Amino acid sequence: MSEKITLEVARYSPERDAAPHLEAFEVPFRKDWVVLDALNYIKDKTDGSLTYRWSCRMGICGSCGMMVNGEPKLTCATFLADYAPAPVRVEPLRNFPVVRDLVIAMTDFMHKLKEMKPWLIRREEKPLSEGEYLQTPEQLDAFKQFSMCINCMLCYAACPVYGLDPLFAGPAAIALAQRYNLDSRDQGAKDRFPILSQHEGIWGCTFVGECTQVCPKHVDPAGAIQQYKLTAATEWFKSLLLPWSGK
Amino acid sequence: MDVTNHDVLLVGGGGAGLRAAIAVSEVNPRLNVAVVSKVYPMRSHTVSAEGGAAAVIKPGDTLDEHAYDTISGGDWLCDQDAVEAFVKESPEEMLRLEHWGCPWSREQDGHIAVRAFGGMKKMRTWFAADKTGFHMLHTLFQTTLKYDAIARYDEWFVTKLLVDDGRVQGVVAIELMSGKIQTITAKAVILCTGGCGRVFPFTTNASIKTGDGMALAYRAGAPLKDMEFIQYHPTGLPFTGILITEAARAEGGYLVNKDGYRYLQDYNLGTPQPKPVLRSMELGPRDRLSQAFVKEHEKGRTIAGPYGPVVHLDLRHLGAKLIDTKLPFVRELCIKYQNIDPVKELIPVRPVIHYMMGGVSTDIHGATPLAGLFAAGEVACVSINGANRLGSNSLPELLVFGARAGKVAAEFASRQKEPSNAVLAQANDEQRRIEEQFLRKTRGSERVAVLREQMQETMESSAGIYRSGSSLAAGAETLRKLQERSANLAIDDHTQTFNTDLVAALELSFMLDVAEAMIHSALRRTESRGAHQRTDFPARNDEKFLAHSLVTRTAGGRPRVEYLPVKITRWPPGERVYGQPAQKVGAD
Repeated sequence: MSEKITLEVARYSPERDAAPHLEAFEVPFRKDWVVLDALNYIKDKTDGSLTYRWSCRMGICGSCGMMVNGEPKLTCATFLADYAPAPVRVEPLRNFPVVRDLVIAMTDFMHKLKEMKPWLIRREEKPLSEGEYLQTPEQLDAFKQFSMCINCMLCYAACPVYGLDPLFAGPAAIALAQRYNLDSRDQGAKDRFPILSQHEGIWGCTFVGECTQVCPKHVDPAGAIQQYKLTAATEWFKSLLLPWSGK
Repeated sequence: MDVTNHDVLLVGGGGAGLRAAIAVSEVNPRLNVAVVSKVYPMRSHTVSAEGGAAAVIKPGDTLDEHAYDTISGGDWLCDQDAVEAFVKESPEEMLRLEHWGCPWSREQDGHIAVRAFGGMKKMRTWFAADKTGFHMLHTLFQTTLKYDAIARYDEWFVTKLLVDDGRVQGVVAIELMSGKIQTITAKAVILCTGGCGRVFPFTTNASIKTGDGMALAYRAGAPLKDMEFIQYHPTGLPFTGILITEAARAEGGYLVNKDGYRYLQDYNLGTPQPKPVLRSMELGPRDRLSQAFVKEHEKGRTIAGPYGPVVHLDLRHLGAKLIDTKLPFVRELCIKYQNIDPVKELIPVRPVIHYMMGGVSTDIHGATPLAGLFAAGEVACVSINGANRLGSNSLPELLVFGARAGKVAAEFASRQKEPSNAVLAQANDEQRRIEEQFLRKTRGSERVAVLREQMQETMESSAGIYRSGSSLAAGAETLRKLQERSANLAIDDHTQTFNTDLVAALELSFMLDVAEAMIHSALRRTESRGAHQRTDFPARNDEKFLAHSLVTRTAGGRPRVEYLPVKITRWPPGERVYGQPAQKVGAD
C-alpha cells in the first residue's frame, strides 16, 4: 500500500456556488511530486473540472501561483514532501477576484503594467546600422534583477497594501518601471514619473517587504519602491525650488 | 454569435506572434491587428528557451559559415534560399531587439557577448545569461504595449479556421473567462502557436504545446511539411523533462557514462579535449548526441535511475563563479527540482522531446499554400531547420520569420475585401459542434487523460529516436483506434466559466491529428536523415529523399503524403563531419 496525502483544494464555480469551499482529495504521496503534480493527478484521474492555470512547470512562465497553506507559492516548485504528512491546503492567490477554483483575474495587473510604460523610451533612436547601444556588465547589473520578474503575482498576493487598496500600483509593476528607469539605454524616467509618483504609485507602500520575501525569482520589489521614493522626493523638491528645470 | 473583425489576426502570442504583430503595425499603422492567445502572451513557451540566439556579428565570422553550419546540421534537408535569408536577417532582428531593451549579456566594453553552441563552428550565440527566451519574450511583450493598434484576446482558445472561396477569413474562438464562443474575422491569419511536444510523454515542452496551429491548418486543407522530424534534446532532467541548456556544454560541461568516460568520442564526434571544441564532442548536433545515448544504453554503459537510464552531465570543473554568471538558471533548476547542486554533483540527464522541425508548410515569406493563411516560428516549416535544428537557431527564427510573415500578411490584408457571410454560417456550425460534442454531451466512456496517455506512449514506442517500418505501422494503427475512441469522449466539466476540461479535450483532438501526420510521414520516409533514424533503412538516400514530405488531410480524414524537392543553392549534399579539424573556443 503506497503512501497517500490529502489535498484540500478551494473550489468555486460562479455558475453553481454562492461562495468558495474546500474539497478534500486523496492523492499518492511521492517525494518528487510538487503540488502541481498532485493537482494534475486529481484532474486526470478524479475530477476533470478542477480548474487552475499551469504551463512550463519549470518556474519561468509564471502561471501556477497559488496559496499553499496560506502562503503564495509557485505550485510547480513547491514539494508535497515539505508539508507531509499533514494535509496541504491549496487556494487561489489572495487579493484577487476569483474566476473559478484556483484561477484568479489578473486584468488589473495587465492594466497597471501598461500604465508604467514598460518599454525602452528614447528621445532619439539610433539606426540599426550603427549597431547596439553599448552597455557594460556593471550597467546591466544596475537593473538586471528587476528584469527577472515573471509576473507570477505572488507579490500582489503577499502585499497587505494591495489587499486594502486595489488602486495601489503594486510591487511587480513598480519593479518593472524601475527596470527601465535604471537601464542605461532608457531615457523615459520622466515619462514614468507622473504615474509612479501619484498617491497610488509608490507612496502607497508602507515597506512591509512581504513582496520581496515571496518573490520566487529574487527580485526585490520592496527595494525598487524604496529606491524610487527617494528619487521621487528629490524630483519633487527640485520642481519646487527650480520650477523651470527639466522643461 | 458575436463577431469581431480585424485586418490581420495573430493566433499565438509568443516570440513569433508578437514580432509579427509589431511588423504589421510597422508596415501599415492603419491596419487593425489583434493577437489571440490561449495564455497571457508572457506565459508563452518562448519563455522557457534558455541558451541563446544565433546571429553573425563578430569579426571573423561570416553569414556563409552560419548558413553552412545550419545546412549541414539539418542533414541537407534545409531550403538553402530560406537559410540564406535567415542568416542575413538574423543580426538586424537581434539588434532590433537590443534597441527595444532586451538585456543581452555583454562584454566588458559594453558590446554584445556571444557564446559557443552545438553544431556551430564559430561563437555567434547571443545570450541573456541562460534565460534568453524569457528576456526576449518579455521584451517583445512589453514593447507591444506601446502599440495601441495591437488588440489582444488574452486566454482565448481558437478551435477552427474559417475558410471560404479558397481563402482563410477568420477563426472561431472560445473566451475562457466567460465561455463565450465567438467569431473573429480577419483578412489574413498568421499562425504562431509553437510546437507540439506534448504528443510525446517526456518533453521539455510546456503543457500548452499541443500542436494547435498545425492541426488548425491541417484541418483547413493546408499541408504540413517534414512532420517526421522531431528533435530529442540530449540533456533533460529525468521525470520532469526540464531542459538543461546546451549552454552548459558550450561553457565546458562534459557528458559522461557510468564509468565517468566521455563516451561521445566513440561515436565519430571527435576526441575529448579539456576545453570545449566547436563542432566537436559535447558541441556536436543534438540528433547525433541523442542517438549516441541510445547506443551507449545498448552497450550497458548508462546509469539506471528511477525514471529509466541516464548519463551524467558534469559541470563541477567549471566552478561556482562561472556557473553563477553564465548558467544561473541551470543551477537554480537543478537545486530546486532535482535536489542536486551542479557545482558539487553530477547532473543525471537523458534525451527528451524538445522541438518540432516540421510544421505548417510555408514559403520563404511565411505564406502557406492556402490564401490568407500565414505561419511563423515552431508551428511553421519554412524550412531552415531541415532534419535537425541547431541549438540557438529557433529564437532568431521567431524574429526573422515573424517579421517576414507580418509584412506579407499586412500587404495581403491591404488588398482584400471584407470577409464573406458564408464564414458566419460555418462559425455557427462550429459553435454547435463544440456544444453538442463536448459541453452538452454527458454520455461517453472515454476520458481525456486516458486517451492522451495512450497516444503519448504510442508515439514514444513507435516514433522515438530510432523507428522502424513495423514500429511505425503499429503506431499508425493504434492512433487510428484512438481517433475512433475519441468520438466516445465525455468531459467532466459542463459549465461555461474557464472550462479547462473542454480545452484539454480540444487539444487532445488536435494532438491526435498531429500525431497521425507525424507517424504517416515517418512511415513513408524509408531512409535515415538527421532526427529521423530508421533501423530498417539506416542510410541517407539523397536520390529518393532529398525532398520535403508534405502531408495533407484527405476528405476521409486519412493523411496523404507527397514530396517537394529541397532547394539547393550553393551547398550540394555532403557528409556531416563533426569533431575535426579541432578548433578551440576562444584563445584558451
